Amino acid sequence: MAILIDQTKRVIIQGITGREGQARAKLMLGYGTNVVGGCTPGKGGQEVLGVPVFDAVADAMQHSREHCGGDVDISVVLVPARFVKGAAIEAIEAGVKLLLLVPDRVPVWDAMEIAAAAKHHGASFVGPNTLGIISPGKAVVGMIGGRAESAKAWFKPGNVGVISRSGGMSSSTAYYLGQAGIGTSTICHVGGDSVLGLRFPDVALMFQNDPETDAIVLFGEIGGSMEEDLAQLMQEKKVTKPVVAYIGGKAATEGTRFSHAGAIIEGNRGTHAGKVKALRDAGATVVESFGDLPEATQRVLATKN
Amino acid sequence: MARLHEYQAKALLSRGGITVPRGNPADSPEVAAKVASDLGCPVVVKIQAWTTGRAALGGVGFADTPEEAAALAQKMLDMKVGQFPVEQVLIEEQMPPKRELFVSLTIDGKNRQPMLLISTAGGSGVEDRAGQVATVPCDVHTGPDRDTITTFLARTDLGKDVQNRITDTLAQVFDVAKTVEATSLEINPLAVMDDGSIVALDCRCTIDDYAVFRHPELGIEIARELDHPPTKLERIAYTVEQDDHRGTFFFAQMATTAKPGSKGLAGFHGAGGGGSMMSMDAITNEGFTIANFTDTSGNPSAAKVYRAARIILSQPDLCGYFGSGSGVASQEQFWSAYGLAKAFLELDITIPVVVRLGGNAEDRAVDILHAAAKSLRVPVEGYKKTDPPAKIAQRFASLVAENDATIWTPRKPRVPEFVESNHAMSFPITGGMVWIDTNAWPASKDAIMQHSSGLFKDDNGTPALTIEAEDFKSKDSECVMCEVECRNAGVDGFFVQLDVLGL
Repeated sequence: MAILIDQTKRVIIQGITGREGQARAKLMLGYGTNVVGGCTPGKGGQEVLGVPVFDAVADAMQHSREHCGGDVDISVVLVPARFVKGAAIEAIEAGVKLLLLVPDRVPVWDAMEIAAAAKHHGASFVGPNTLGIISPGKAVVGMIGGRAESAKAWFKPGNVGVISRSGGMSSSTAYYLGQAGIGTSTICHVGGDSVLGLRFPDVALMFQNDPETDAIVLFGEIGGSMEEDLAQLMQEKKVTKPVVAYIGGKAATEGTRFSHAGAIIEGNRGTHAGKVKALRDAGATVVESFGDLPEATQRVLATKN
Repeated sequence: MARLHEYQAKALLSRGGITVPRGNPADSPEVAAKVASDLGCPVVVKIQAWTTGRAALGGVGFADTPEEAAALAQKMLDMKVGQFPVEQVLIEEQMPPKRELFVSLTIDGKNRQPMLLISTAGGSGVEDRAGQVATVPCDVHTGPDRDTITTFLARTDLGKDVQNRITDTLAQVFDVAKTVEATSLEINPLAVMDDGSIVALDCRCTIDDYAVFRHPELGIEIARELDHPPTKLERIAYTVEQDDHRGTFFFAQMATTAKPGSKGLAGFHGAGGGGSMMSMDAITNEGFTIANFTDTSGNPSAAKVYRAARIILSQPDLCGYFGSGSGVASQEQFWSAYGLAKAFLELDITIPVVVRLGGNAEDRAVDILHAAAKSLRVPVEGYKKTDPPAKIAQRFASLVAENDATIWTPRKPRVPEFVESNHAMSFPITGGMVWIDTNAWPASKDAIMQHSSGLFKDDNGTPALTIEAEDFKSKDSECVMCEVECRNAGVDGFFVQLDVLGL
């Protein structure tokens, strides 16, 4: 099993005819993702890499129901940042239950409006500013891996779930685990923004319920409260699978944003020390150096078995 | 900077229907005196700085005459708050509050919606006082939950009229925050006056960096959250980011001198937010002080990476150049390698360079860097995803130690003599110019045609474009690639002039 994405999920790409849309469609199709359609207003009737293009998500939904065996499960949104809100709400209203918002620089009030719409319609979203999700050997959404052959070479199927606030570091974490002989069930980059759809606790609960995931590896960062919220779930015994974590930004200073919109220490909130302590108090293994993650994960898995 | 000063934030409140004291900013004692006499004394004078607890710092004073206001302003304009020089003061009418409350709107990431915080204990030091506080969830469309506010206020000793006014004010605070897309808006204190009216005596407001483009009316010069006013280099970097939307470029200065006991001041160039932070931690753990935090990611153009390197190398006293990102990048890494190589060659760098270019096309990326290193006087080493950051940080330390404590002195890039000569042809590109030495063309044309992605051809013995001049303008990265490949092959006569505005 895996979480969020596998080869059975029907996927559409909003913005498929754009530069990004075409490049990511190539990766997803090449890896084995079931891409059933794409959307670009005004480009309905065209094809991209053999994938039919529709003017609206509702049309893609109808096509999926009639020809692909059911509803569109996931929409990957690859439109410029300022159009993300409109595209996302269109997909939510058309009945898509999971969205992947890839673009960076989506305004936070737009993200909150998307969250309100998702809540109202019982949908979820990942991102904004996510590189994507991959279940090795099954399927990928977004752009994680960059090229299908790289994604196949870098990520090994296995029993560890990876959750990261950084796109590059989700690849990196899974790659180094793989080099140490540890495969991954699903790698999920939740995004780097301050308002996100799925957060660490949400994804951790999914891994908790996935029979094929035995441990969770986390790449956390300064800022926000996702790591602390996950620690709270561990304290409440809602997440009982072992958690191994690295938290980036030990050298960060207060009041400066470190690239990611969500990576900022405000006053005494969101500090590296606070996150490490919360996780350790909840029973997680927190490593000091990123390079120590694979070995720590091996130890945790050995203890568990 | 996406933080607004008090007087700017108060102007927003005022437009949103919330009463604020009459007042104006001043950047000199003369202006302060004029503002004070126009308002009529007594007045209050306050430093405009992004800090809390200004009263304790001597940043708030009272004046009974314009002369006193001028003297106070002079004293305050000489102050420094942390790294912030005080550039302006605000002079306002005095409005003694009967009661002080505290109100703030923030973004609640956990619940993915705005949240208001109201406390009946306002004034200085409110952050230390828990209790008497309510958090009010806000619907992103309709604003604060009125029931929560009503229930909370009903438990206070405030009169019913005042309670109603506060309830209205909170809705107005929400509307103002939503209108300008604030990520935080804090009023401390929100004053209840003797007549029961509500006045915002202070206001701090931060606008979402990502929404600044929708709010030109705010006149925000640099949409970056920093713990100091933007430096010259940060402004230059911000302009680069605004002018080239291929990938992202983030630059913040952290230190100008190495910490005591440190192995030196390192120029830092990350790739990807998380990878950059992790690499920053690795180099800091190795005992270095980083001069800057830089991140070029999201498939940046070669030109953008080149400009980033030029800006990093405009910082004096660096002991080395350390680059590292996630190490397993999804984007093609060779564009970054071309940008870095061009900068190192042009500046004839004298400090060691260690760069980890792991990810897609990493072999090609490292080869580019190593080929350029052959004509440089210092070691320039490229690493791949197989090398963890802690290891390359150690390698960096060895190279710095072997470099005899040489530190970097910024200098102008070397420009070949044929540039702007009468034996050169020029072709405009976005943010610069491509130059080809016509004297060298017979010897260089094969290499140029081979490495320029088919952009150049030979037209009866002179160089010519194969595409329209207008289309050629966006080919800056391809031209950087051509220049570096030609140099690495020992071929002269092709040069890309790339402006870095302000350097």
